[in-house]
Amino acid sequence: MTAITETHRPNLPKGTSTASRAHRLAERGVDTKLLMLLPAIVFALVLFVYPFSYGIGLTFQPLPEIQDKFGGGIFANYVAFFKDPFIFDSVWITMRLALPVALFNVIVSIPIAFKLRHKFRGKRFMSTLLVLPITLGTVLTAQGLLIFAGRQGWLNRFLMETGIISSPLPLVNNYLGVVFSLVISGFPFAYLLISSYLSGIDPSLEAAAKTLGANWKQRFTKVTLPLLAPGLATTFILTFVLAFSVFPSARLVGDPLGGTRVMALMAYRSFAEQINYSMASTIAIMMGVVELIVIAIVLLGRSFLYKGSTGGKG
Amino acid sequence: MSSHTAQHDAAATEVVNIAENRNRGKLPPGEKPLVASPGTWFVWAGVAVFFIFLFGIISSVVVDSFGKGWFTTWLPQEFTVSWYQSAWTRFDLTHILGVTLVVAFVVVVVSILVGVPAAYMLARRNFPLKRLVMVLFLLPILIPPITFGIPLATVMYNFGLGRTLIAVILVNLVPSIPFVIITMTPFIEQINPSIENAARMCGASMRQVFVRVLTPLLIPGILAAGILILVRTVGMFELTFLVSGPQSDTLVVAIYRAMTSAGGSEARALVSSMGVIYTAMMLIILIIALRFINPTQLVAQVKESRED
Repeated sequence: MTAITETHRPNLPKGTSTASRAHRLAERGVDTKLLMLLPAIVFALVLFVYPFSYGIGLTFQPLPEIQDKFGGGIFANYVAFFKDPFIFDSVWITMRLALPVALFNVIVSIPIAFKLRHKFRGKRFMSTLLVLPITLGTVLTAQGLLIFAGRQGWLNRFLMETGIISSPLPLVNNYLGVVFSLVISGFPFAYLLISSYLSGIDPSLEAAAKTLGANWKQRFTKVTLPLLAPGLATTFILTFVLAFSVFPSARLVGDPLGGTRVMALMAYRSFAEQINYSMASTIAIMMGVVELIVIAIVLLGRSFLYKGSTGGKG
Repeated sequence: MSSHTAQHDAAATEVVNIAENRNRGKLPPGEKPLVASPGTWFVWAGVAVFFIFLFGIISSVVVDSFGKGWFTTWLPQEFTVSWYQSAWTRFDLTHILGVTLVVAFVVVVVSILVGVPAAYMLARRNFPLKRLVMVLFLLPILIPPITFGIPLATVMYNFGLGRTLIAVILVNLVPSIPFVIITMTPFIEQINPSIENAARMCGASMRQVFVRVLTPLLIPGILAAGILILVRTVGMFELTFLVSGPQSDTLVVAIYRAMTSAGGSEARALVSSMGVIYTAMMLIILIIALRFINPTQLVAQVKESRED
């Protein structure tokens, strides 16, 4: 009897559920099981969001000497960032390293991934070898480069003994050294990503184009490349992020006061050597801003590309 | 007789056709040219140069760590293991390796315990603000470590945690937990939910579903994610470097400090021998890892989440 009156309450608008609040929430996916998300969210808030916002707040509390030198009140750190050429040039220095390296890694990986996508003997072995530099890490790569490509290293010695060059090439402790180290750690990453994207493209699409008489150039530019392009953009972003935040190799195989004075290095110097936490946070956050601008441009470009299924296993 | 000649003629024209095709650069399907195309040469040359550099780098470090008096010759004058002994005592590698393993182990366990339930919810449920939560977990991976590392380290020092083991573990958790979530979410999505529903119908509680049904199914994914976290944590330089001190340095940071220590860096061979120990450690992890996961997975697992 009561149940009937409950379900026929006339004063409720049509469609309103009469279920309890908990039940209605559960219909939208909110119930106690969501608590399983809680630890992860707490960690993210305490260890990421709070420090990050604290850091942003810190950038508006410049040290008195920065304020005296550059003016600008609470924005003194930002004024210093843009006005002090020693700091601001690091933006271009970082870009000059990260952009060419990321482009190189992606562009060189395409033909290699393309040629090596078929099964051949030792493919897994080669992929395994390619993972090696990822585990080596930047510090080790730097040490190896210093010995291998240094003035007395095997590379220069070989080139000199075969008579290709007469004096040792300066390959380390400069821009080139950092490029080498970034390519060695970034190229396998780009290659493995691109080949996994490539394996996600259904080979029958290309076979269909072939039966319709397309030559390999047409097949590549009209079929495979458009399907691969979004993956290439993602790979570019990821290798760019890796190269952009380079820090140990810029210090170890680069020229840390000149040609490879990257933003990460400048931020670290303010942090540890000048004990200027607010300036360090400013540089660090500007670094994130610059990186996000580049990523946003690439993502914007990617949004014009093909989106959807590529039919393969990926 | 006439039919035989006809066959012969047909075969002959086919041969001519194949020859013509070959002259025009087109091969009949299934046949490969004997001389590789320039593209193939380029590919193999590129791969070769890369591997020459890679092996040059690795073997110079190894040779250097065993060599004595290696200056202007191809190989050192004599070979010795004394660098390892002096590096071990000079940098107290027992302590450093202990710290590295403790940090890596704790980070792996905590990030799996925290990350897997969260990944499960993200894979199975829709709830308000889900996209915001996803962004929250993506940001620590996308933003350069130095960008959030410096404010984070400042906070750590403010709380008096600077240079402690706890600080090193906490900073390493920041990218690790999201990494577990992002690698595990697609993995959980591909497990058929009707298995869980069946278990629920048979009267299993949520906890029983997790322990008796899901965990066995998730073990391969958890192993893969755990090993990836292990590799990342042992190799993580930037974040650890910002908060660690002499008592809480991991091996990579110790190597970096030895290479850049004020008042002239340490003898090169000492650093090299530490490097070899590090590489050996990584290789062991890698060999174990490759038993469970495919090499492309090491880098490509992140891609699904980056798609949206």
